[in-house]
Amino acid sequence: MTDRYKVIIVGGGPAGLSASAHATSLGLSHILLEMSEQHAETVQRYQKGKHVMAEPNILPLRSDIKFAAGTREEVLEGWQIGINETGLNVRYSTEVVAIAGSAPSIQIKTASGDSLETENVVFAIGVQGSPRKLGVEGESGATVQYTLDDPGRYQNQTIVVVGAGDAAIENVLALAKQNTVFLVNRRDEFARAKDGNRTQILRAIEDESVGCFYESSVARIESDADGNDYEGKPHCAIVNTRNGEARVPCDLIIARLGAIPQRKLAESCGITFPNEDPAAIPQLSSRYESDRAGLFVIGALGGYPLIKQAMNQGFEVIEYIAGNDIEPADQPVLADKFRPLPFGLDVNATLALMQEKIPLFSGINALVFRELILSSDIRMPGSGEAIFRKNDYTDTFFTILGGSIRIALEDGSDTVLSLGPGQFFGEMSLLSGRRRSATATAGEDCVLIETPRLTMNKLINSIDRVRDYIDREFILRAVQSTFAPQATLEELRELVSAISVHALKSGETLFEEGDTADRLHLIRSGSVAVSRQVGGREIVTAYVAAGNYVGEMGLLGRTKRTATVRATVPTQTISLDEKTFNQLLKANPGLRESVQATMRDRITENARMEAQPEAGDIISFLMQQGVGEATDVLLIDETLCVGCDNCEVACAETHAGTSRLDRAAGPTYASVHVPTSCRHCEDPHCMTDCPPDAIRRAPNGEVFIMDNCIGCGNCERNCPYDVIQMAATPPQKPGLAQWLFFGRGPGPGGQTVDAGSDAQKKAVKCDMCKDLSGGPACVRACPTGAALRIGPEDLVSLVQRTRPF
Amino acid sequence: MHESILVYSGRRYLWVALAVIAVAAAVYGIHDPGEPPNGGTWLGYTLGTLSAMLIVWLMWFGVRKRSYMSTAGTTQGWLSGHVYLGTTLLVLATLHSGMQMGWNVHTLAYVFMWAVILSGFYGVYAYRRYPRSVTENRGEMNREQMLARVSDIDRRCMKVAQELPIDIQELTTSAVNRTTVGGGWRAQLSGRDYSQVVIPASSDSSETGHEIAANPDQQTAIFWLADRLSRSTDAGLSLKLKELESLLAGKAALLRRVRADIRLHGFLQAWLYVHVPLSFGLIAALFVHIITVFLYW
Repeated sequence: MTDRYKVIIVGGGPAGLSASAHATSLGLSHILLEMSEQHAETVQRYQKGKHVMAEPNILPLRSDIKFAAGTREEVLEGWQIGINETGLNVRYSTEVVAIAGSAPSIQIKTASGDSLETENVVFAIGVQGSPRKLGVEGESGATVQYTLDDPGRYQNQTIVVVGAGDAAIENVLALAKQNTVFLVNRRDEFARAKDGNRTQILRAIEDESVGCFYESSVARIESDADGNDYEGKPHCAIVNTRNGEARVPCDLIIARLGAIPQRKLAESCGITFPNEDPAAIPQLSSRYESDRAGLFVIGALGGYPLIKQAMNQGFEVIEYIAGNDIEPADQPVLADKFRPLPFGLDVNATLALMQEKIPLFSGINALVFRELILSSDIRMPGSGEAIFRKNDYTDTFFTILGGSIRIALEDGSDTVLSLGPGQFFGEMSLLSGRRRSATATAGEDCVLIETPRLTMNKLINSIDRVRDYIDREFILRAVQSTFAPQATLEELRELVSAISVHALKSGETLFEEGDTADRLHLIRSGSVAVSRQVGGREIVTAYVAAGNYVGEMGLLGRTKRTATVRATVPTQTISLDEKTFNQLLKANPGLRESVQATMRDRITENARMEAQPEAGDIISFLMQQGVGEATDVLLIDETLCVGCDNCEVACAETHAGTSRLDRAAGPTYASVHVPTSCRHCEDPHCMTDCPPDAIRRAPNGEVFIMDNCIGCGNCERNCPYDVIQMAATPPQKPGLAQWLFFGRGPGPGGQTVDAGSDAQKKAVKCDMCKDLSGGPACVRACPTGAALRIGPEDLVSLVQRTRPF
Repeated sequence: MHESILVYSGRRYLWVALAVIAVAAAVYGIHDPGEPPNGGTWLGYTLGTLSAMLIVWLMWFGVRKRSYMSTAGTTQGWLSGHVYLGTTLLVLATLHSGMQMGWNVHTLAYVFMWAVILSGFYGVYAYRRYPRSVTENRGEMNREQMLARVSDIDRRCMKVAQELPIDIQELTTSAVNRTTVGGGWRAQLSGRDYSQVVIPASSDSSETGHEIAANPDQQTAIFWLADRLSRSTDAGLSLKLKELESLLAGKAALLRRVRADIRLHGFLQAWLYVHVPLSFGLIAALFVHIITVFLYW
């Protein structure tokens, strides 16, 4: 039999629950389909006692179900109460496999074969995805599990873990202490895993505390229910190995094979995404409706990762479906933001005006634009006020709504670029993560929209047109400011067709010594190392950061490359062919001299480095440690470090009791030690997936975490250098004199109390003591001068400095 | 590379120290008090006051080092000044005394001062000499990693021994359990291995009872295993014994490095246990010196 509903909600997380509750209160016939056995599966999977936050604070909650910040248990219980009180129509353990048709008649098929009919579908499935299944004979809920909540629950069992990623390895290591564990790895190594996990698992395999089947896969699972006996164990995993079939009698099989992205499911149901970028969000109307009529997308899948946003959208989408034209919950927030504007328009009219006036934003769907403005700031600087200065580390993006902006390459120097309404600036730092390359000053009646980096990147990743538009301007302006300050952008526009962008992976070669030189490369993001063959070995002679060019030696007079250039981190270069470069040379008197001057300096520098091959080796070592993408790195000279740990104590004392650096950890080469400490990357990995956008870059380059961190741990996982920890704030401790004379408190560097496992934990990392005058406390507290914070541009001169006594 | 405290900021404090010494010496040379030079002349009082203030400032380094919020210079700058200006104290205090020594509390303060400064000299020497040795000794591993590897070897030893005759099991277990690292200050600074092993009663003799023997660098245990190996006729057992032996040898090599690490860190820290208490002794003696001078002179 086929049931028919006004709306079917897919996904029982906060968005789905809120939608369902509101449908109940409006009396719409509906059903909520949840794949798992309980509500809010993603939150259920959080560790016990984890604090769930209610960001963003400025946004009011609009839902029939209550939600406030609290522990995972409190939040889940609150929702459960909401489910019970509102009497939601929920069907658990119901997986949707297909959606066909469009409004007013949509058919939904479930995994169990049921067919449901509805006028509208609300997709609220989040982004966590369902775990990838083994897909073998004998697999069922009883034999195979896809998560491991509490390894301590298993004692003296035989367990087979399938997978070779971090999740699988962490499970294996946790279980191996009190169980017999076998690991089934499809490949012959653990390339995907983090270094720490890889080392531990290899050691465990070597000392036989874990059994490992390499290049193997589970062929099928047999159970004793079939009447067979597996040495008293309930199951037997049949594993295809290099040496044939192996039979492993076991109690449990855990498969950690990653998750199938929810996007796949969404796409199969007819929701379109603008491009292949994993960060892209689906195309939606201002009422959350996809291209397919009657199919709505809300919550994390629609690009709104925060619980409160998702719940608000659940409420709103039901109102829209019921035919009510309500204002979004953020309307008052926007009204507040727009109050100082001189246009005298209401919120929607102001938004429309912005899209009309700014070509970059025209054509963006209204919902995405609204979100962009919500996270942006409206600024009305006075005439002559500096928006940013050259060498600032800010990375926001500006669009001009009214008035004008002057861009000058040096503070106080001549304007090279005058921008008016509808144009944008600040794209260089946005894309490269480097310091501002010029100073921007406001003209008369200036009205600016300042958009944070994360929001802007989301937009660039979602809309190809925006990406191309910004890209084109970026290239032109980069070429202009580096090679042709006298030329106008219009003159350069003719050249742009001959300019191409090269993308290099970390370690990839841009060109080799001896190659024919035909191009000049301007590094737009990332950095490169320059090396030469001297006496049969490769010596690194220079490190070149974004904003500079390489390859000029080959082009000016010489025809062969005199050095090899390799990317130290993922790098993009803008490359100009010989003809274009020669045109630029001809059109810009003085350019030849300036390029020659650069070349002269570099040749001198190369000669110096070749005389000191050990300095080049240190540079190579530092590049291998990822220092190439750093903007400021802590280096310890081991010939001076006495191991007093005053640096760590200083860090803890100035940062709520938790040291953000681990002096002893990290690699050492030729007495240069790279401790585990933040390098404030150009393009910080930690920023990539921060739901409340709490990780920011300060004008001086410090990457720091703001108080609105929700403690999700994404940044901790995304940091390749392990410098972010989750920590609770311990109580204030007594001062030095109190400790010295009365023995109160734990003394310098000591923790007052263990904050406890149920304390609210947030991400903490080095902020380079941006709020203290005098610079980083670790460096200032080092009694012997062993600790030094340095930008990569100064590395070469540091390693060249010989050691006077 | 980085700057040491001795060359900090273009040896700023060295020049200050030399200037102070030069001025003090010059004035001392010119000054003719009409009596033997002593602490009671105007120059004597001046030098004495200066020295006392300097001592208080030098002691304040302990507070500055722990004032992590302080923006009054860097700790390194303070230490550089501490070393150079502390050294000038030798000259200032000597000139202040007018070379008059005796068996009294004043000379006691003077002796304390010398002891403090000389221990400080050792500190400077240690800080310049040992960090390099620490790095060289450590190689790619830090102490925790070395110890983790040692416990790894221990686990493997126990695993191998499990399947072997009981006397070998006993020996291995005791060699593992009675391995010591570190200990009191003497053990730490000497780097000596105080590990022990219980020698099991030989299986082919009628003796019972066990003997506890010193096991430096696991040599006793290795020797015992070698002896057992030489008499073994069982090929499987021989193989296992050889494995045990090489595991113990590897462990001994690692532990040697751990002990060297502890020892070198000991050298870097031990002198402070002399330097700091002596400076408090100096402060006390100085206090008595000043009081007595004003009460009884």
